[in-house]
This record gives sequence, structure tokens and C-alpha cells, in this order.
Amino acid sequence: MTTAKNQTVARAPAAPATRSALASALLNRRLWLGVLGWTLALVIFFPIFWMIVTGFKTEAEAIADPSLIFSPTLENYAEVQSRAGYAKFALNSVVVAFGSTLLALLIAIPAAYSMAFLPTKRTKGTLLWMLSTKMLPPVGVLVPIYLLFRDTGLLDTRTGLVIVYTLMNLPIVVWMLYTFFKDMPKDILEAGRMDGAGTLQEVIYLLLPLTLPGIASTGLLAVILSWNEAFWSLNLTSSQAAPLTAYIASFSSPEGLFWAKLSAASTMAIAPILIFGWLTQKQMVRGLTFGAVK
Amino acid sequence: MATLELKQITKSFDDTHVIKGVDLEVNDREFVVFVGPSGCGKSTLMRMIAGLESATSGDILIDGQRMNEVGPADRGLAMVFQSYALYPHMTVEDNMGFSMRLAGVSKDKRREKVLEAAKILQLEPLLDRKPKALSGGQRQRVAIGRAIVRNPSIFLFDEPLSNLDAALRVQMRIELARLHEELDATMIYVTHDQIEAMTMADKIVVLQGGEVEQVGSPMGLYHHPRNRFVAGFIGSPKMNFIAVEQVSSDAEGVTIKLPGGETRQVPIDGSGHAGGGALELGVRPEHLVLDEQGPMEGRIQVLERLGGQTSLYVQMGDSLLTIMADGDVAYRVNDSVRFGFSSDRAHLFDAEGLSLPKLHRHPLAGLRRQDNRAPSDTVGQ
Ligand SMILES: Nc1ncnc2c1ncn2[C@@H]1O[C@H](COP(=O)(O)OP(=O)(O)OP(=O)(O)O)[C@@H](O)[C@H]1O
Ligand SMILES: [Mg+2]
Repeated sequence: MTTAKNQTVARAPAAPATRSALASALLNRRLWLGVLGWTLALVIFFPIFWMIVTGFKTEAEAIADPSLIFSPTLENYAEVQSRAGYAKFALNSVVVAFGSTLLALLIAIPAAYSMAFLPTKRTKGTLLWMLSTKMLPPVGVLVPIYLLFRDTGLLDTRTGLVIVYTLMNLPIVVWMLYTFFKDMPKDILEAGRMDGAGTLQEVIYLLLPLTLPGIASTGLLAVILSWNEAFWSLNLTSSQAAPLTAYIASFSSPEGLFWAKLSAASTMAIAPILIFGWLTQKQMVRGLTFGAVK
Repeated sequence: MATLELKQITKSFDDTHVIKGVDLEVNDREFVVFVGPSGCGKSTLMRMIAGLESATSGDILIDGQRMNEVGPADRGLAMVFQSYALYPHMTVEDNMGFSMRLAGVSKDKRREKVLEAAKILQLEPLLDRKPKALSGGQRQRVAIGRAIVRNPSIFLFDEPLSNLDAALRVQMRIELARLHEELDATMIYVTHDQIEAMTMADKIVVLQGGEVEQVGSPMGLYHHPRNRFVAGFIGSPKMNFIAVEQVSSDAEGVTIKLPGGETRQVPIDGSGHAGGGALELGVRPEHLVLDEQGPMEGRIQVLERLGGQTSLYVQMGDSLLTIMADGDVAYRVNDSVRFGFSSDRAHLFDAEGLSLPKLHRHPLAGLRRQDNRAPSDTVGQ
């Protein structure tokens, strides 16, 4: 704001014609950026929109030519609900997504602390290596993990899923926290140490409150990633611990493809996380785009 | 009571040797100032004293106790950071009371102590504000208050005033000096500012490249610098250096030949120096005097009128000399001027840059800061 103002002041007075040309060029730019932004948003959102619409159609309408003109019906929702208990799946999703996120944060905060504030020569390498594990296709470790889970009795348990999701998200969570912690002025922690804070107190009274926006957005991202995860939930759970992603899948296989019901089930599965994301988007954007402090 | 002693302190970061064996003694209630060029290790030395950085070797003694392995909070020190390092999410009161909160002091007791410190620093109306809502000077005072509350025996300041504007700096400088009297604490202070160093210090420590160049009182360093580096570093504007030749030396002093060919005798002991060699004459800008009969001549390159004084930048041979002259001198740029110097105040340096000792010690060289006060002020000392 102020710099823009200063610039206009500093510039030699422009002739009215050039000034309005400049203004209209700026307006044009904003217009184009706006159009581009909306187009991208629509393209990304369209499949979700279509899925929601399809959920309110009859099966016949759903496979007919795409159309937005139809009489909405709730029968899919009724049927989906009557056949499989949505609540149980939803509860599993909530427990597993939040449980794994909490656990990941608990492990990642000390890890990121030591990497950010007590770095060694190998810290950068460790970080990259951690991230590189995300390049491994999960299916590559399916068999060992499946066997491990079978032998330890973790198959089809929430605990099992929490463990897998924690491990899955840990690299990203550590990485994000590391960048937020790096932004934290070191002086403040040192002042705390001079004031008598031990490491734990330093973290609790200074680091966490000051990097809360970053930690929150990291946590939100981990929740969303866990909520949407399907590969492990489909392979490691069946009836007891199955989350909503398994719930959706259960509509595709046994009866062939029933688009409308599948859409209704999917809508119900993603609705909570969509609403959650909508409510916290400010927080997300703030955490992801700015440093945590200042 | 708090004395500090450093014995052969070194510090290396991997293969870089930043501090190369520093010995230092700081007496009780002394105000010690570290000065030196950027990167010479002032902050590193201070952080080792504070316990924020470990010493690679050597001993840090506080009141005679080895402190190397003691944590920063348990050394009885408080530090004021250049960036203030206030806790941005806490009010002024909580900032100042944080150390006591960690120590488990009750809320009432905390408030009492914070109020006490706030009174000294005139912070009472600001206690409920967050640091963001404070001016630079106020933040600085909160940072000092946070240190005072801890009742430290030694205060450490790392360039505490460098983020303030000139007027505020003067005000805070006076306030800090007052605080030093009031709190009866030992203070160690890092600064780039000549005036801060000269006015506040009982003892100045000049550092260069991780080594102590000289330790002494401000007047001592000004009048008796140990070498060319200290001579150039202490005093502002910088001392002028002029290449001269030694003609002879006796009990009255050294006779030198100046660039123009004239000779002068300066009251300096040349007995340690093998005769006939090249020397460097050091004269501060305030001790070069414009004089029609003067032995040296040069051409004015730049002329800065400050009102009360005028700085003349004079080209003589290869060197550009600075002369502090009266505010009303009538010269203009490109005029040629003749000048001399007061030989009592002149310094001579040998080829290694070491000072030749003066024949007479300057009467104020041993002056301590409290000596500036009238005798009645010192009651109770
Ligand atoms: N953590 C570190 N790792 C490696 N080198 C360091 C580290 N901290 C300081 N140094 C180096 O040590 C030297 C001294 O640094 P220091 O901060 O003590 O200088 P300073 O005298 O305080 O300078 P300034 O006046 O600019 O504050 C510098 O060359 C710096 O690059
Ligand atoms: Mg420094």
C-alpha cells in the first residue's frame, strides 16, 4: 500500500491520458487474472459438482445424456443409508484421521524442532530422504505391511490405520513444521532460555504459540490427506475399522455400477471434510502462504 | 558481587576459528564495552559468557566459579538482545514476568516485582500492551525491564541501541548509564558506536579477528593506543596516519622528518626502536591545526561545515587527511592549506604497527567513569 503510494508520488506527474491508460491496463490485468482464476476453480470443482448433482438423480437419469434438468430425488440417499450404516464409517474416518494427525504432530514437533534449531551436517539430507520415501508407490510395501498387520492383529483395526496414516503423513508434516520453525526468530527462544526455560517449556510456552498458524495448517492438511486415503483403508480394513473411503468403494463393486447411488455415497463421504475445509480455509491459506511469525 | 573472568577462551565453528584465545577480567560493578569491526567475534564472545554458545576451550569464571557447564539461566546473567527478542504473544507484564513464571513464583509476587521494574523504566502505563503496540524505544525498555526483573549480577547487552534513531539513542544511553548506577550491577555491552563506547565504559575491550587488541579506560585507549589498529578504531573521525622518517632520538623524544622535509620532535620514547627507520606518525583530526607557518601542506578535497566545526579533507601526497577546524574557517575546496600538529598528542608507530611508548602518561588516561562525578555523589561507594 504505502510503497505503491510512494511510487505515485515520486513519479513525475503523468499526463491524464497516460494515467488513464495505465489504470485501464491494470484493470485489464486484474480482469484476466480473475477470469483465469475462476476458470481454474470451475474446472477443478466441476467433477465434485457433477457428482453432487448425480446423487440427486434416478439411476436412469444418471446414465442418460448429461443434463442439468431433472426432478431431484432423495431416494438414493435413503437407500444408501438403509443399506450400510453411514455413521459407523464416518466415526471410523473421524477417529482415524484425527488420531493419526495428532500422533504425527506429536512425533513431528520434536523432530522438526531438532532439525530447525539443532541442525547437523546431515539434517538437510535427512529431510530430503524422508520426503523421498513418498516417491515409493505404496503398493510396493503392501505385502510386508499386510503380513505384519496380520501377525500383530492390527488388520481391520483403527489402531492399525492410525499407525499407517501417521507414517504416511509424517514426512510432509515434519517438512512443513520444519519450515515454519525455521521462520521463528531464534532470539526469542534464546531469550526464553536465558529466562530459564528448559527445552519442553521453550516449546510449550514459546514455539507452539508462536507457530500455531503453521501447526494448524499442517494438521489440517494431514487430516484431509488421511480422510481421503483409500489404498490402505481398502486393503487393511474390512468391516470393523473401515472408513468412509471404504464405504464409497462398497457401492461400486457388488452390484455393478450404480452411478446415482455411488454419487450419493461419495457426496456423503466427502461432505464432512469439504465443510471442514471450507470452515478452515482462511487458516489453511494463511499457514501455507506466510511464515508462521510476523 | 559479580566478577567475570575469561581464561584463554576459544571458539571454533567447524574449521573456522572465531575466537582465538581471549583473556579478560571484569571487576564487580564495572561497565565493560566490547568494540571491534563487524565479524570480529563480539557477539560470539558475549553469547559464550551468556551460555547460549559453548566455548571450544578455556574457562569462564563468574565470581571465581567455573561456569562452562552451567546453563544460561543459572549463571545469574541477563541478556538484552539487539532485536529485543520480546515474546510477541505476551503482554509487557507477562514478558517481564516470564522468568518468574517459569520459576514458579506466585502471581502476586510476580506482579510486585514487575511493577517495581516498570517504575524504574517508566513502563507502568504499558503493562497490558503487546510488544507490537510499542515503539522501538518502549520495546527496548521492556527488554531491559525483563532483564532487571531477574536481578542478575551481570547484564549483557548486544548492541541494544542500534535499532533506535539518533535522538532516542542519546536518551537511552543516558538512561542506561543511570541504570548502571542505580542497580549496582556489572554490565557488559557490545556496540559499534564510538560515543557509546567512550561515554559509558569504565573499560573498553577492543577486539579484532577474535583476539583482544587492547583493554583499557576510554581515555587510556584514546591517548595511549597499543597499536595502529586501536589508534584508528578509537576516536572519530579516524586518526590520520602520515609516513615519516626517524632522524634521531634522545631523552627529549624522537625527531622525525615530515613529508615536506621539515623536522619536528615529538615526546615519544624511541629507545626501543632501531634508529633511521621509517615510522608512521599518527595524529587525530582534532590535533591537526591549520597554521600558515605549519610544516605540512595539502589541497582541500572536500569541506564539510557542521556549524560549530568544519571537517577538511586534505590531500597530501598519497594520503587524504582529515582536519577538524573551527566552524568559521574561510577556506574553500581546492585551496591549498598549511598545517601543523600538536606534538604532545602525536603518536608514532613502527613498521609492525606497534606504538612507540609516550614519554609522559596522559593525566586523564587512568580516569574511570565515576571520577567524573563531584565528590559528594560518590558517598556510599
Ligand atoms: N553459528 C555460526 N557458524 C559459523 N560461523 C559463525 C557462527 N556464528 C558466528 N560465526 C562467525 O563468527 C564470526 C564472528 O561473529 P560475531 O557475530 O561474533 O561477530 P560480531 O563481532 O558480533 O559482528 P557484528 O558487529 O557484525 O555483530 C563471523 O565471522 C561469523 O561469520
Ligand atoms: Mg554482533
